[in-house]
Amino acid sequence: MSRISFAKRRPRSALVLALLAGFTIRASFAAGPPAVAIVDITKFMFGPSEITVAPGTTVRWINHDEVPHTVASRDKTKLFTSKAMDTDDQFEFSFANEGDYTYICTVHPFMTGVVHVRKP
Amino acid sequence: MSNHDPSRRRALGCLSAWSGAAVLWTVTGGVPRALGATNADAPPAAAKGALTFVQISDTHIGFHRPANRDVVGSLRRAIADINALPQAPALVVHTGDVSHLSKAEEFGSAKEILQELHVDRVHTVPGEHDTIDDGVSGYLKYFDHDGKARAWYSFDQGGVHFIGLNNVLNFKAGTLAALGDDQLAWMKTDLAGVSRSTPIVVLAHIPLWTIWEPWGWGTADSAQALALLRPFGSVTVLNGHIHQVLQKVEGHVALHTAMSLAYPLPTPGQEGIGEPGPVTVPAGELGRLLGTRQLSLVRGQHELALIDRPLDR
Repeated sequence: MSRISFAKRRPRSALVLALLAGFTIRASFAAGPPAVAIVDITKFMFGPSEITVAPGTTVRWINHDEVPHTVASRDKTKLFTSKAMDTDDQFEFSFANEGDYTYICTVHPFMTGVVHVRKP
Repeated sequence: MSNHDPSRRRALGCLSAWSGAAVLWTVTGGVPRALGATNADAPPAAAKGALTFVQISDTHIGFHRPANRDVVGSLRRAIADINALPQAPALVVHTGDVSHLSKAEEFGSAKEILQELHVDRVHTVPGEHDTIDDGVSGYLKYFDHDGKARAWYSFDQGGVHFIGLNNVLNFKAGTLAALGDDQLAWMKTDLAGVSRSTPIVVLAHIPLWTIWEPWGWGTADSAQALALLRPFGSVTVLNGHIHQVLQKVEGHVALHTAMSLAYPLPTPGQEGIGEPGPVTVPAGELGRLLGTRQLSLVRGQHELALIDRPLDR
């Protein structure tokens, strides 16, 4: 798994459109840019709350709410955990390995989501 | 106030926070009664010798969105109201969400502003906005009441046993936050030394009864805490979190939520609103939805009297 980073909003890649079309993304074309999948946080919900991506995909969460949220994995190693994300803040994590990664917002634990990482 | 002591206030200020509501409580011989005014009336004078105190809540220092561009100004208005009370309260309690993003500068700013209160003691409990990045550790750097590096504590003042709780952590995915077994065990031990006739005031950010579970407006193990409190003759539970006044009375246990000092939230399960986000109201209306609470404890009654007092009346 690779690093976690905060970043301000960047243009969404064409691959995001592929994501929105089917919530499934095929990553790692030979010379293409790294795949990025977007999860929007709106009205106290992760959208989509369930997403399937290929290994190597970076998932980027963007908080559109007026209140802070976090993205925190629920596995024992706490694989990915964001700091407090204020309005328009982003958080990214690159998923290297296959698996099912559930996460919550630690400010509002009723907000839940899952990233499924599957080889195409 | 004659017992105003800035140095002591500084020492204890670590436990205070403002959020949007203040209440003055008076305690005389066992029963809390609120002072102040929900309307334009001047707050009534407390009985001689009665303990009075004020609750404020949900100051969200650091919030900067349209629902309130000046949360510091709202807090200072509340402080001015409290400092102008005819009978100065013995203490002020802040029921959580002192900060908006758990940032050190937000805690520092809140602590500094709260020192403008002309009271001897300011006590806080953490809200979920105070524990975002690293649990309670960032909060405790500014608001560790008893130096024990934990966010729950108790103290006695004016014949009242006060208990501050942390009910914003200890959650599992998809569930309400909880007090947790360690805190419940501490609470049981703490209460074992308190006589059944002693009035008890409990401070906790999230309500200790389930108001609206889909929005996280409840505490998973509140029933266990209330079971420990039920044998006592006068129990008042003061909460924040939902930025509006609601109350519930169960026997000798009265539960009250307070207004915020930052922004309003929707009513529980409000039609057409699916999430508990800040509500932006027309200019001029915000001050009627933010406020403080004044309380008093009076002999012969088991319920605290309390008055919620908006900033604009």
